[in-house]
Amino acid sequence: MSFPWAENYEPKHPLTKWIDAKLPLPRLVYNAVGAGYPVPRNLNYFWNFGVLAGLALTFQIVTGIVLAMHYASTADGAFASVESIMRDVNGGWFLRYMHMNGASMFFIVVYIHIFRGLFYGSYKAPREMVWLLGVVIFLLMMATAFMGYVLPWGQMSFWGAQVITGFFSAIPIVGDPIHTWLLGGFAPDNAALNRFFSLHYLLPFVIAGVIVLHIWALHIPGSNNPTGVDVKGPQDTVPFHPYYTAKDGFGVGVFLVVFSILLFFYPNTLGHPDNYIQANPLSTPAHIVPEWYFWPFYAILRAFTVNWLWIPAKLWGVIAMFSSILLLFFLPWLDNSPVRSANYRPAYRIAFWVLVLDVLVLGWIGKSPAEEPYVRIGQFAAAYYFAHFLLIVPIIAIVEKTKPLPNSISESVLHGEAEEAAPIGVGSAH
Amino acid sequence: MATSEYVDDPNQRPPVIGAKEEEGAGPRRRDFLNIAAVSFAGVGAAAVVVPFVNQMNPSADVLALASIEVDLSKIAEGSGIKVAWRKQPVFVRRLTAKEVSEANAVPVSELRDPETLAQRTKPGKENWLITMAVCTHLGCVPLGVTPSENRGDFGGYFCPCHGSQYDTAGRIRKGPAPKNLLVPEYSFKSNTVVQIG
Repeated sequence: MSFPWAENYEPKHPLTKWIDAKLPLPRLVYNAVGAGYPVPRNLNYFWNFGVLAGLALTFQIVTGIVLAMHYASTADGAFASVESIMRDVNGGWFLRYMHMNGASMFFIVVYIHIFRGLFYGSYKAPREMVWLLGVVIFLLMMATAFMGYVLPWGQMSFWGAQVITGFFSAIPIVGDPIHTWLLGGFAPDNAALNRFFSLHYLLPFVIAGVIVLHIWALHIPGSNNPTGVDVKGPQDTVPFHPYYTAKDGFGVGVFLVVFSILLFFYPNTLGHPDNYIQANPLSTPAHIVPEWYFWPFYAILRAFTVNWLWIPAKLWGVIAMFSSILLLFFLPWLDNSPVRSANYRPAYRIAFWVLVLDVLVLGWIGKSPAEEPYVRIGQFAAAYYFAHFLLIVPIIAIVEKTKPLPNSISESVLHGEAEEAAPIGVGSAH
Repeated sequence: MATSEYVDDPNQRPPVIGAKEEEGAGPRRRDFLNIAAVSFAGVGAAAVVVPFVNQMNPSADVLALASIEVDLSKIAEGSGIKVAWRKQPVFVRRLTAKEVSEANAVPVSELRDPETLAQRTKPGKENWLITMAVCTHLGCVPLGVTPSENRGDFGGYFCPCHGSQYDTAGRIRKGPAPKNLLVPEYSFKSNTVVQIG
């Protein structure tokens, strides 16, 4: 962090001095998440979700490594090995339910984290790179989650793999060869299962690497805050430790309570019972849906039902679905409003909440069967999703009359009580 | 510093990271809360470690006692067979009268792992020596279950890995192994059938 009032790491003990001289790792930690990282003093609880996402990834990696010790990635043995984890392995049910529901928790906190960024304008300059890396992480998460869902080799695993790899067969001319190449066969089988397992083990570590870049990029300008106003001086910040370690600690406690309720009392509520039936390549389940975190995108995929402009409906659906995420890469340049926080943008704030509602509707449609009236509602909701980013946001940025911004973070928090503007132990107001 | 007016209220003093508590001020309520919260989190984290360690122990299907029955009728005197029990080999050997008397002639006090043949067999069935075929040194399978194999200097078993030698009661007599060949739990179902496990 480049704020001049950031405290420098000064080891006192000869041993820590010696370590710091050879390998300045303590210095790195101190400046990243210690007292050496000044953070806006007005962050609300929505700023807990980055740390919570990191925690969720840690849970997934730890439980995943352990589950891989008992899992067999063969088309004949995968389903039985998962059942053996549930019944025979000591505490196996706990580890697997933690991994299954941990994925849901990961997506819940990441979706809140993304919408936090959308509301407070965290994607705007100077934090575009933070946002871009975040979208990369989100894409990697989706790929990892999809491949993980295939591994138990239940009915939903198999038909999910069939459908999702089928996207690639929509590509003109080379689609079918690519599809066959991805699967290593003509339908999901041993070859596909093995490569999915290999990549499912690899990608979380790639995600961890991109998270390092994400945090690195964040620490150049420093964290955004609920006012969206830049930090002006030391009175606007407090050290990350102990102030935000304590606040994040509280958030972690709440996260663990929610996670525990899900894990111990509703472990299968977010799953699908058909996935406890072994994969059968000759019979598709009557109602096939992806995991809940893919529902909105699944609705966009299914929104195209007729061929249009010489392009078949199948290809339109796939293009739309991928575009709905790739679109986010362009958001920092689609929204040209200089004001970051929606608290000072009355029109954008309405558009934001309509978008939240629209994504929830898309989720509901993605979960519903492909029949009327759901298809029609899904088409309108999908159209609105694109309109939000491509029309509404750029237009609002031009026409909106924003509210006056506070002069500084401390002024907005303390309403002008300059006397108290210096945080305890940091300031030099007198 | 602009903090002087806070110092009198112990809850308003800046948090102290590390040792340097102000002299004479004593612990603050916040110190107590910090220690309580971090300790509670530590206990919770330690509790979660238990299943992650325990999952590496044998699972229920491995522990399920797969007991096996062995037919003794085809084993000739002086010979034996190797059978698999819990994925490990077991020697079932029918001793000759000479081998039994050799085993009984050894003074127990001279043995590295003192046991008599009677302690290692069932009453009235002293000629049936049933032991794990796993050398107590580093786990190789010793030779000597059939007369054609090398039985070592003591007529029992000889481990080809590091030269441990066992006598006709399966007791360690020479070489690096520390213990006698382990006797598994077994019982005679009839005169010709024994159940191991």
